[in-house]
Amino acid sequence: MTQQPIAKRSSWPRVLRRGLLENIAIALIGVGFLMLFQPFALVLYTYSFITMLVGTVMFIVVSKFPE
Amino acid sequence: MSDMPSGKPLVTDTNSSILDRAATAAALATPEPLAKKVRGLSDRMVAWIFIAPTILLLLAINIFPLIWAIQLSFTNYRANRPNAEIKNIGLQNYSRILNDADTWIAMQATAHFVFWTIALQTLIGFTLAYLIDRKFRGHAFWTTVILVPMMLSPAVVGNFWRFLYQPQIGLFTYIVSFFTGIPPTEIEMLSNVSLAPWSIIIVDTWMWTPYVMLICLAGLRSIPDYIYEAAEVDRASPWRQFWSITLPMALPFIMLAVLFRGIENFKMFDMVNLLTGGGPGSTTEVASITLKREAFEKWRTGYSSAFAIILFVAVFGLANIYVKVLNKVKNR
Repeated sequence: MTQQPIAKRSSWPRVLRRGLLENIAIALIGVGFLMLFQPFALVLYTYSFITMLVGTVMFIVVSKFPE
Repeated sequence: MSDMPSGKPLVTDTNSSILDRAATAAALATPEPLAKKVRGLSDRMVAWIFIAPTILLLLAINIFPLIWAIQLSFTNYRANRPNAEIKNIGLQNYSRILNDADTWIAMQATAHFVFWTIALQTLIGFTLAYLIDRKFRGHAFWTTVILVPMMLSPAVVGNFWRFLYQPQIGLFTYIVSFFTGIPPTEIEMLSNVSLAPWSIIIVDTWMWTPYVMLICLAGLRSIPDYIYEAAEVDRASPWRQFWSITLPMALPFIMLAVLFRGIENFKMFDMVNLLTGGGPGSTTEVASITLKREAFEKWRTGYSSAFAIILFVAVFGLANIYVKVLNKVKNR
């Protein structure tokens, strides 16, 4: 009888997996982009850049995380 | 290779012997000190030597200006006053841009332009791709004809359309007048406040729809025929086949085209500058035109650097989404 190899459990926290965080980063970029171009409120335009910047930096960082 | 059943040497053997002889000849021709040095280099080092010029060029023309622009965006530097004292003003430039109603309006003009060009290009591009994919008689000829606008230079297209839009002699104006009955002199595409944004949208759509069509065509051609055959067996109507097979399977390609055109149109400068120059008033003043005015007419270099960084982050963010979608398409 052959023994099945035991899959090594990653010590990386589950909440810090790439998939979810990458999606959050993309959502932030998308929201920031919409805030930059919307014609409704100047305050949204004011905070659009920081939202996009956070999303972009987050995307760059989390894309290096394991799946 | 000599123990092959037929006993005949393979063609690759001949090639390799030629290569061996060429390598030996090259080695003999190489001066001894240089040959010693080259022999001491690892494969990795040789690879680095080959890509070093490209990396240096990239650093010089892309990375260095970017870092310099970031640094300037925190200062009050003006390029027309090189001897004036440069003060570090922190985030003031960013704050001014992001609280300026005029810049906000320029962003809205950009959004209007980007939204309508993408909507029209995607709709017309996909329809054309769908028709070309039917492989009717002469489809190759029509594909080439459709692709012509994409091959022209934007400078040529801009000047060419300025003539077409002329109220007195323009062909476009004449055709619109013929169908609507409006006198041609009243159709001022480039100087009318409500028509000027649409004049740019029409030109961009005319020029770049073939590009979207090509990407959509690649998507449609990648759908295997057996899926349609299975749908025929299941008695699926052509309408059902379109919604359940064609559109979902071509969607990643359409998204790719949308993202790619979105990034390109967001940076649109040449066409707007040639056709309207941002006018009449500031109706067609898109973000890139505002940037040019701030940088090279008002000479607010620090301010315009901050504006360029904001646009860069927006485009870079979009590019990230583009890469993600591209990976999804690859993994299909």
